[in-house]
Amino acid sequence: MEVVTYTNVETFVQHLPEVTAAGVWIKAIIILAVISAVAGFGTYLERKVLAFMQRRLGPMHVGPYGLLQIIADGIKLFTKEDIVPQNANRLIFMLAPAITAATAFIALAAVPVFPNFTIPQWVPVLGGTFVPSIAADLNIGILFVLGMMAAGLYGPLLAGMAQANKWGIIGAARTAVQFLSYEVVTGLSILAPIMLVGSLSFVDFNAAQAGGISHWLIWQQPVAFILFLIAGFAETNRTPFDLLEHEAEVVSGYATEYSGMRWGMFFIGEYANMITISIIAAVVFLGGYSEEGIGWLTIILKVGFFFFLMLWIRAAWPHVRPDQLMWLCWKVLMPIAVINVVITGIVMMV
Amino acid sequence: MYETIAFYLFSALTIVLFLITVMSKNVLYAMTALASGMVLISGFFFILGADFLGVVQLIVYVGAVMALYSFAMMFFDATRNIKEKNTPGMLVFLLGGLSALILVLMFAAPIQSEAVHALYPIHEGVGNAQDVGIVLFTKYLVPFEVAAVMLLVAMIAGIILAGKKMDQSLTEDIDADDEILTQKDAK
Repeated sequence: MEVVTYTNVETFVQHLPEVTAAGVWIKAIIILAVISAVAGFGTYLERKVLAFMQRRLGPMHVGPYGLLQIIADGIKLFTKEDIVPQNANRLIFMLAPAITAATAFIALAAVPVFPNFTIPQWVPVLGGTFVPSIAADLNIGILFVLGMMAAGLYGPLLAGMAQANKWGIIGAARTAVQFLSYEVVTGLSILAPIMLVGSLSFVDFNAAQAGGISHWLIWQQPVAFILFLIAGFAETNRTPFDLLEHEAEVVSGYATEYSGMRWGMFFIGEYANMITISIIAAVVFLGGYSEEGIGWLTIILKVGFFFFLMLWIRAAWPHVRPDQLMWLCWKVLMPIAVINVVITGIVMMV
Repeated sequence: MYETIAFYLFSALTIVLFLITVMSKNVLYAMTALASGMVLISGFFFILGADFLGVVQLIVYVGAVMALYSFAMMFFDATRNIKEKNTPGMLVFLLGGLSALILVLMFAAPIQSEAVHALYPIHEGVGNAQDVGIVLFTKYLVPFEVAAVMLLVAMIAGIILAGKKMDQSLTEDIDADDEILTQKDAK
């Protein structure tokens, strides 16, 4: 098998206009606004998709086809009383949801969201500003995003420990267990594609797979793709691994004592993380986006597919126990990931 | 300009956070301050343009402090203050801090005087990761490998210490229940 190594793809980015501070600000505001809205719409989609898979109708009463359910939920979240339990550590309790939401959006700063565009000249004040597709184009983008998402788990951990509730502390303990289990698999599984491309930048990954479907890294790294998806599900607390807040076992885990918008912030963070993981999977393994024509529609479709896959698996699979998760991550997935990295290295050297 | 402001902001915040880590009687405050301090230190690397080291600092310490949290969770009630057996007085704290400061000044003054210059400056057009990798696998190869061996030794020791009854599952084995009971009685 001949493996092509890609180096020196710097020329790809050099013809783009200069990125200004104003452009980055606009980009940051667009990401915040759009992803928050998508997170709200995501809850509606999740309920509808799950309902159809279980032969139900889902939300139907508010608005046509239940579409205004999002607004009803929003009003409910915003107007609920913000309760802090009596024996809780007040400061940390109030801080924890902000950590989840903030780190989720900071992680989104380094992934490509929407195409590059220049604001037309006739727009007052901001006319002619170039808005980049990646708000902060670090040359170690993948590591930064994974690190930030890892830091996001401090949200559930602190929330569980601060709320003086047994379910909460079990949720926090499970957060630590889950983090220490999947983190190794995430890093090792994505290491093999990084070795092939020779870069940690999303732009380089995208350029390396620019030649159509046959150039996608999933064909060279199917094992890494599946491992990354499994670890990604653990990272976003999606169903086979939703130990932190599984209703049947620990009431609501780390979120037991939360109400109103603080509870909502956990969910905005979770949905933003789902979108981030989908974007990483689409860019690293499925060819990403192209700048010409409707190339951007393809990545939206890919991200949409991964989002749907998460809902599909939630409807189809039971969740695992914490000891099964640890067994899976440490005894099955990690050895496979290490073997995959070694084989990739041998194939590249020979 | 921005870098100077960011540097002094991060410095002040890091010192304050680590002071909280040392002084606080609440496990939750101490651990949270430690974690935030570690995240802020990665900010210094970003200011210096060493993105790769910054992210490595972030990932490594987020994981490490997370493991510390789990120990705190097992040993303490996180929502209450801890009763410390010995409470050192203000004088001890001041004298300790001052002697540490004097030591730092003594060792830092000669370095400051001979104009600090970078031994391994960033190459234009080459990523941080490549720069770090080249130095790590040429000049610092032996310390790097020795550190790897040390970690392996520590890992094997940890497994041996913790894994005396690893073939026995506490959740599935009925005999394990009796053992837990006898251990409780022994206390």
